[in-house]
Amino acid sequence: MIREIAVKIDGQEVRAREGANLLQVARDNGIDIPGLCYHPLVSVSGACRLCVVKIAGRPGLVPACTVEVVNGMEVIAFDEELDSMRRMLIDLLLSEHNCDCMTCESAGSCELQDLAYRYGLDNRTRRFVARERVLPNPDLSSAVLNYDPSKCIICARCIKACDEIQGKGVLSFAQRGLETVVTASLGEWETSECDGCGECVQLCPTGQIMEKRPKRPPRAGEVEKVQTTCSYCGVGCQLEMWVKDNEVVKVRGAEAIPNYGSTCIKGRFGHTYIDKSDRLTTPLIRRNGSLEPATWDEAMAVIKRNVLKIKDQYGPDALAGLASAKCTNEENYLFQKFMRACIGTNNVDHCARLCHASTVAGLAAAFGSGAMTNSIAELEYAKCILVTGSNTTETHPVIANLIKRAVRYHEAKLIVVDPRKIDLVNYATLWLRQKNGTDVAWMNGMMNVILSEGLQDEAFIKERTENFEEFKKVIETYTPERVEEITRIPADKLREAARIYATAETSSLVYSMGITQHTTGTDNVLSTANLAMLTGNMGKPATGVNPLRGQNNVQGACDLGALPNVYSGYQKVAEPAVQEKFEEVWGTKLSPDVGLTVVEIMNAAAEGKVKGLIIMGENPMVSDPNLNHVEEALKNLDFLVVSDIFLNDTAELADVVLPAASFAETEGTFTNTERRVLLLRKVINAPGEALPDWQIICKLAGQFGYSMHYNSAAEIMDEIAEVTPIYGGIHHYRLVPDGLQWPCPSDDHPGTVYLHKGDFSRGLGHFHPVDFIPPAELPDEGYPFILSTGRILFHYHTGTMSRRAEALNAFVSEGYAEIHPNDAARLGLEDGGRVKVRTRRGEITTMVKTTERVAEGSVFVPFHFAEAAANRLTNDALDPKAKIPELKVAACQIEKT
Amino acid sequence: MSRVTEVWVGLATCGVAAGAELVYSTFESSLAKHNLPVTMKRVGCIGMCYNEPLVDVVTADENRFTYGHVCPEDVERIVTEHILNGQPVNELLIPADGFFEHQVRIVLENCGLIDPEVLEEYQRHDGYKALQRVLSELTPAEVIEEIKSSGLRGRGGAGFPTGVKWGFAAREPGPEKFLVCNADEGDPGAFMDRSVLEGDPHRVIEGMIIAAYAIGAPHGYIYVRAEYPMAIKRLKKAIAAADQAGFLGENILGSDFSFEIKIKTGAGAFVCGEETALIASIEGKRGTPRRRPPYPAVSGLWGRPTNINNVETLANIPWIIRHGAKEFAHYGTEDSRGTKVFALAGKINHSGLIEVPMGMSIKEIVFDIGGGLRENKKFKAVQIGGPSGGCIPAKLADVPVDYKSITQTGAIMGSGGLIVLDEDTCMVDITRFFLDFTQKESCGKCTFCRIGTKRMLETLTRICDGKGVPEDVANLIELANKVKAYSLCGLGQTAPNPVLTTTKYFRNEYDTHIIDKSCQAHVCKALIHYEIDPSACKNCRLCTKQCPAQAISQGEGDHQEIDQSVCIKCGQCYEVCPFGAITIQ
Repeated sequence: MIREIAVKIDGQEVRAREGANLLQVARDNGIDIPGLCYHPLVSVSGACRLCVVKIAGRPGLVPACTVEVVNGMEVIAFDEELDSMRRMLIDLLLSEHNCDCMTCESAGSCELQDLAYRYGLDNRTRRFVARERVLPNPDLSSAVLNYDPSKCIICARCIKACDEIQGKGVLSFAQRGLETVVTASLGEWETSECDGCGECVQLCPTGQIMEKRPKRPPRAGEVEKVQTTCSYCGVGCQLEMWVKDNEVVKVRGAEAIPNYGSTCIKGRFGHTYIDKSDRLTTPLIRRNGSLEPATWDEAMAVIKRNVLKIKDQYGPDALAGLASAKCTNEENYLFQKFMRACIGTNNVDHCARLCHASTVAGLAAAFGSGAMTNSIAELEYAKCILVTGSNTTETHPVIANLIKRAVRYHEAKLIVVDPRKIDLVNYATLWLRQKNGTDVAWMNGMMNVILSEGLQDEAFIKERTENFEEFKKVIETYTPERVEEITRIPADKLREAARIYATAETSSLVYSMGITQHTTGTDNVLSTANLAMLTGNMGKPATGVNPLRGQNNVQGACDLGALPNVYSGYQKVAEPAVQEKFEEVWGTKLSPDVGLTVVEIMNAAAEGKVKGLIIMGENPMVSDPNLNHVEEALKNLDFLVVSDIFLNDTAELADVVLPAASFAETEGTFTNTERRVLLLRKVINAPGEALPDWQIICKLAGQFGYSMHYNSAAEIMDEIAEVTPIYGGIHHYRLVPDGLQWPCPSDDHPGTVYLHKGDFSRGLGHFHPVDFIPPAELPDEGYPFILSTGRILFHYHTGTMSRRAEALNAFVSEGYAEIHPNDAARLGLEDGGRVKVRTRRGEITTMVKTTERVAEGSVFVPFHFAEAAANRLTNDALDPKAKIPELKVAACQIEKT
Repeated sequence: MSRVTEVWVGLATCGVAAGAELVYSTFESSLAKHNLPVTMKRVGCIGMCYNEPLVDVVTADENRFTYGHVCPEDVERIVTEHILNGQPVNELLIPADGFFEHQVRIVLENCGLIDPEVLEEYQRHDGYKALQRVLSELTPAEVIEEIKSSGLRGRGGAGFPTGVKWGFAAREPGPEKFLVCNADEGDPGAFMDRSVLEGDPHRVIEGMIIAAYAIGAPHGYIYVRAEYPMAIKRLKKAIAAADQAGFLGENILGSDFSFEIKIKTGAGAFVCGEETALIASIEGKRGTPRRRPPYPAVSGLWGRPTNINNVETLANIPWIIRHGAKEFAHYGTEDSRGTKVFALAGKINHSGLIEVPMGMSIKEIVFDIGGGLRENKKFKAVQIGGPSGGCIPAKLADVPVDYKSITQTGAIMGSGGLIVLDEDTCMVDITRFFLDFTQKESCGKCTFCRIGTKRMLETLTRICDGKGVPEDVANLIELANKVKAYSLCGLGQTAPNPVLTTTKYFRNEYDTHIIDKSCQAHVCKALIHYEIDPSACKNCRLCTKQCPAQAISQGEGDHQEIDQSVCIKCGQCYEVCPFGAITIQ
């Protein structure tokens, strides 16, 4: 029980939580005790000695940062003696510091400089001067930061940031005494294991570690700082963008939910694409085979003419639209409204189809709503975390930090089930390496163990679920020994995993595309739901089924109805009452027919059934499976419109290309993976004539005589709230400072931290009996390797954004295939050499990367690289329920080129 | 006269350094040659380092004849005259010089008398009897009570009551606890722990087992510096032998108490003698101290309750158990019971290892045991407590050596370094020397120690270089007081002690350096110069030949002259002049 207590500091009584940090309590109450080595996000060391205070009844002088407050504590924080000590201490620090504040980038945001000013230590009043001081050389080798030891005050905050927050431990001190320096691994930054997240930059109090920028950036006093949401991945990190003269000059992590200042390399250093010179600045129209600049009016006229022609000739269902998981909630809402109300078709989908369609389908069937059940922050306190099919460290780096912290600081047991030896394996209690595509089998096997050992939560099953008996019949056939035959997971390890998961006080299941991107994706998801329900790990903090959503707003794009079967808030198009409601609000007739999904649209286009396609911010020419087929389909269209920030691979095939604003140039909201609606603020103006997508959609609607007029994104959100129960209480003015987690049905609702407390969204949780079905394509003599695809830390999706960021390219600039050293040796492949990877659908040539991360007989290819696009190889076989393609398993051959 | 049965050779590091290995082997071959039935024994350091190599010739009736400065050439004579013919070689025997008379040997009870590598030798001297008594008669609480009432205080320097410390660790929940022996003796010039480990390792091990039993720790570590290879070798041997004999391992002596000891060698950082830095070092981390609380007793090695005692503290334990707390408390003063081992060094006749009852005055130590100053120079001060101790002036020579009195002078008891300074010592220079050590050994973690020691050192260097300004001393004192008050660990908290004690007792030396630009002790080179007294110079030119800088040449007249612009003040001319014609100004 946390008790509130009273503490007296310099005579002022302050209230505090018992056991809270004295320095923090003082600062929270406006008593600014100086301190340089203290930072609330890392452990305390009491090394700088600045915060030393006197405490009644305690002998000696104690650093406030090392003291836990107790009731009645009386503290002297400032008196003549302590002032004189602090002045001398800062004087000493300055004597060893390279005080070139005149030209230091950190001036204005330097904590040492602030203290020197506060204590009036100028050149006349300073008493200490270092003699014979030789400035040590800076380390400029990193691609993302510069390290200048002459400005280091040995506070260790960078080291703790790297170790404790990011779980990387790349930095440490070398040498000792006055020669102490921070060192990355065993020497230079460039050759160290540093992955460039920049957490050290974030926590450095001086100018010791600073971002590397192509030109000297303006300093803190010269810039405007705007908080917004990161455009990479579904974590939804809050960023503080430093802006000057319509340019983003620096990015820091904002100390807010969900990241509290942390980012990965992409968030901090990967946004330089926004001011690239090849941004689209005017509309383009295809004339005589090539795309040429045009005015907005010309572009609109061409679109109107062609769309009406197709609609008149073939009907509205000959048109289709792809919304975007990168665009805002408001834009996705408007896009599906435009397709449905203005064009008249439900043929609207987006790339969520390729990542979590099976989550939406599976979890909706089991629980009633298809989203991460619990919150990101809870992960740190789960007693068991089962991570499967998620290379979290690379795909959701800031979430991975919390998983590592759970293991390192809160004694959590981590179970990793993954065919690859991913980074989290290093922190795992158990690593189960299943054969690709055998997930139903191992989960059924775990549940078999749980049932046979009586570890299930009987009360939960009885009170909260249904269909348990049917489910049990299937499970009984999956003995660990049988499962071992299917999955290659040793029976004993499976048993151990089952026991850990079932008996931990709280178990959280985390998954991502390793579960969803299969022809059995929905079955896999249902199995995760079964596992959580069986052990009662639902509806409680630090438990649940937690699909990590891949793109920044893939959750929101689904929530807002950019799907062919539902309007916003997962309201079914086929339900007459829903249709009626939307017809009334939107003032038009709507179609009750479920539309086509992404892969179906491509198939229909190839078959000539879909004639026109409108794409907002997506790049199916890289992202979709079986690209050769996609290319045929797109070329077969009568008319293709693409709105994007760059002329991407898909836009190059378009008839009209529209210049859109980037995330930094528009306003609205993103919904992160934990269902949290976060504000996106306009940071700079869009280049040239580029417009935010929501304005483009309104412009388009006008062409067809359908009026869409909004003064701001906030107005669009008000309409969303009106028609969408789960977003019913979400308005922009409510999103400061922490956003809101849906369901949030009314204006006075605080949002929902975790789902299914007390009741499932659908009432009772439903156990689905699921049998194992092998992947659609398995290795054979002709194609002997298993091919899997996925993301890497340094790039994002189709690379349109990340591959234009110098910092990211400095780490990885081209595609590769991960191949086991034994396979490589057998085929005469050398690390760094070239290899041809071929499947029944296509082939690519790429670089060999030999690594034991992949099992023998397996190949992994990241999909970000258009010139060696993994999706030329992937199988477009679909999950029958969710229509998600099997991007994770294909059979391939590899050969030296 | 009784027959000679044994020959002991002191083969601790001090003996070996003086050539005792060769003396030992010469004895062996000589005895073999004469076919004498005499047992050779390797013993540890008896403490008379000023007489090494030391050889004891022991007769059947246990009479010991101690020979000092024994060279291999002396061996044949000792063998033939003394062992064969029963005539001690009187001129080689060490004369009675009061060295042992004033000592009380508890910790050093066996040092120099037993073969440290033979368990039975230790047992013959009541070894492991204390352990037997503890395991068969006493509960852990009773052991702690016994140590508490003995008044034993930590001999590592801080002087915290040992029994109380054990009590802290004992009350923490187990079963995983650690007992650590701190053998990271880092003070330059101190070798108490080394000598005990080399001369009587089982004593420390027995002390550890008893301590571990008292606090309930199944695991023990000895953290010993890698610069002590002989101590490490003997410890390893002793641990193996104790293990073999059932004093270590599972169910010791049939009891339900089990204990194991591992050795961790340290890389020689001074700061690793600090408890929390030592723990970090054992854990394989950077050896830097951390904040306390939590104290090691609550959260120490690998986060488990840990009790750390110094070698000498542990070496007291078996004696206290065997003789009883009362007998121990009989020695020493009210607040400082028992004895203290000192490494006596500096400008003194009897430099070596001594053990005295607490409360003995500095004067008694220096003159009665130490035999006074070399060359009858004037006694100026003692530097006590290692580099982070302080200088106590000769005028306070009556101060008794106990925790309270020493602390009152501004110095600290420390771990046992005692350096005697004579009139030729410049107090500013010696302060600079100690600051140079602590500054280099500062780990750098906390600001005051990292930067403050450097700024103090620079000021001292400036004063020695004749560039001091009047406000330097006040600034130095202010900085020293702050470094002492606000540093994170004991290193920083005590590093200013040399500054504070010398500015207190020898302020005039600072002033003459700064104002008169002179160094009375003639040490600070920048403040002295050599001259040739023309009236005394016989023009022999020895100095001219000796001068490495060619600064001396024929002057006008019949004498040599020094070119001050070339002179490097090495003092070689001063040493070589047979007529005392070279003077220091």
